[in-house]
Amino acid sequence: MGVDTALLSQVEGFMYPNEVELQWSVLIVLYPFITGLVAGAFILASLERVFKVEEVRPTYRLSLLTALAFLLVAPLPLQLHLGHPERSFEMYLTPHTTSAMAMFGFVYLWYLMVVLIVEIWLDYRRDIVLQARSQTGVLQWVYRAMALGSDNISPRSLAIDDRVGRFITIVGIPSAFLLHGYVGFIFGSVKANPWWSTPLMPVVFLFSAMVSGIALVLLLYMLVSWVRRTAIDMRCLDTVARYLFYAFVIDFSLEMLDLVHRIYVADESFKSLDFMVKTRLFGSQILLQIIIGTLLPLALLALTQLARLSDRARKGLYATAGVLTMVGIFAMRWNVVIGGQLFSKSFLGYTVYKMDFATREGLLPAILLMVLPFVILAVLIRLLPPWPESAAHRESA
Amino acid sequence: MAHDFRDFEHLLRLVAIFVVGFALFIVVRAMLVPDDFGVYGHFRAGALDDNRQRPLAHAGAAACSDCHDDVVNSRAGGGHEKVRCEACHGPLAAHADDPSAQAPELPNPGTVCLKCHLPAMAKPATFPQVDPTEHADNEPCDTCHLPHSPRLEEG
Repeated sequence: MGVDTALLSQVEGFMYPNEVELQWSVLIVLYPFITGLVAGAFILASLERVFKVEEVRPTYRLSLLTALAFLLVAPLPLQLHLGHPERSFEMYLTPHTTSAMAMFGFVYLWYLMVVLIVEIWLDYRRDIVLQARSQTGVLQWVYRAMALGSDNISPRSLAIDDRVGRFITIVGIPSAFLLHGYVGFIFGSVKANPWWSTPLMPVVFLFSAMVSGIALVLLLYMLVSWVRRTAIDMRCLDTVARYLFYAFVIDFSLEMLDLVHRIYVADESFKSLDFMVKTRLFGSQILLQIIIGTLLPLALLALTQLARLSDRARKGLYATAGVLTMVGIFAMRWNVVIGGQLFSKSFLGYTVYKMDFATREGLLPAILLMVLPFVILAVLIRLLPPWPESAAHRESA
Repeated sequence: MAHDFRDFEHLLRLVAIFVVGFALFIVVRAMLVPDDFGVYGHFRAGALDDNRQRPLAHAGAAACSDCHDDVVNSRAGGGHEKVRCEACHGPLAAHADDPSAQAPELPNPGTVCLKCHLPAMAKPATFPQVDPTEHADNEPCDTCHLPHSPRLEEG
């Protein structure tokens, strides 16, 4: 009934009644975070495929599987946020052309079905057919179904697959840009909210997506190599880290450009936003996002570019920078989504976000949603091993 | 030539799945989208009738005064004169239709008053706002105030 009185007591200044309680919770923070990881992982994969960066080859398949695992989870936070999730399907049946979310549904479907699954299928088809031949029982049926009943892995058919796969990747790059640009667009187009309403938003989201996706694959590659007790290909790791550094520098510059522009323009919302960054968002924006999550990993990555360090030291620095980057990008999503709702549109008051724990939109479902893509990835890796050995196995077969 | 076909036959299977999937979507869509969708706008026209048929929850102040004019009169000139009965007593259409069918519950004066009178910056400064602890040590408001005419000088 109405607004929680405990929450009301923490409101500062003037707040319109419908602003006191935040409508977009931590789950809406996860949504751009997860889609960003998808887009970033895919763009890293396309480096090898389209731009022929041979060094990153060991992470190619891992990136694709990572992108798929996270893409499957990407709409779930939104579904949990809805009171009637079953109705979200109507978005596909009767899409409204003025609804950014309905259009996003189609972008998502296109990216999942036409780009990612087809690219993975084409790349793995030979492995799938070989597995269908060698496996028995239920697994054989699974692989046969995945091979669509085809048994042809003649060199010519694989050459055709390769060409089609390359074409799909080329189509996939703008699709990945669209996917994540769209997430930024959805926020950036909210005219009533000065924290979001900037045309730079889709671009900033896109580059931060690349940063987080590359960092995730870098960490996963190191983790997976450690678990499997295989040697890390340092040439690959160095290259991935270098691209992480480049993407991060662009991302940081864009965010600073946005900041400087806001400070220079100093429109009517500026005092309010400035106050917020210095008080309620100080911890998550200044400390976590900018200092710990951006400047520190950038410095660590820059150090690996400038100094001659041992493999061991570089691995340590990459892992630390990767983790800090993930924290920083998560903090950025948090500051955008939560930060954008903490101040009144009257610019005269501020509210607080009180996160629940074991509720539909609480911390627990958020944690489970962050674990889920890793579970899916583990299953995918089991089904479609991305290791170079399996490629060697292909050659010998 | 036959050899060539075999080499991309698996891709045709993939295309076939997409074609079948798309056709299935068209069929499912035709089945699921109501016929009257889009008649008046981007919604199902029948939803208007559905809403019209829902029973009314509120009776309206006029219905209350038919029987309870003593209460209506007691509010005259007081601060709550213009507050509708059902704002505090809840929706009572069923009670107005047949008083024996639904007995109205007495609102709890410890909470119902605070729905409007708890302090908030968003309220006009002239509107009476009280912190229940500070103002009355959490005593229910009707200890001192008459809910229908809350000004103290009258009581």
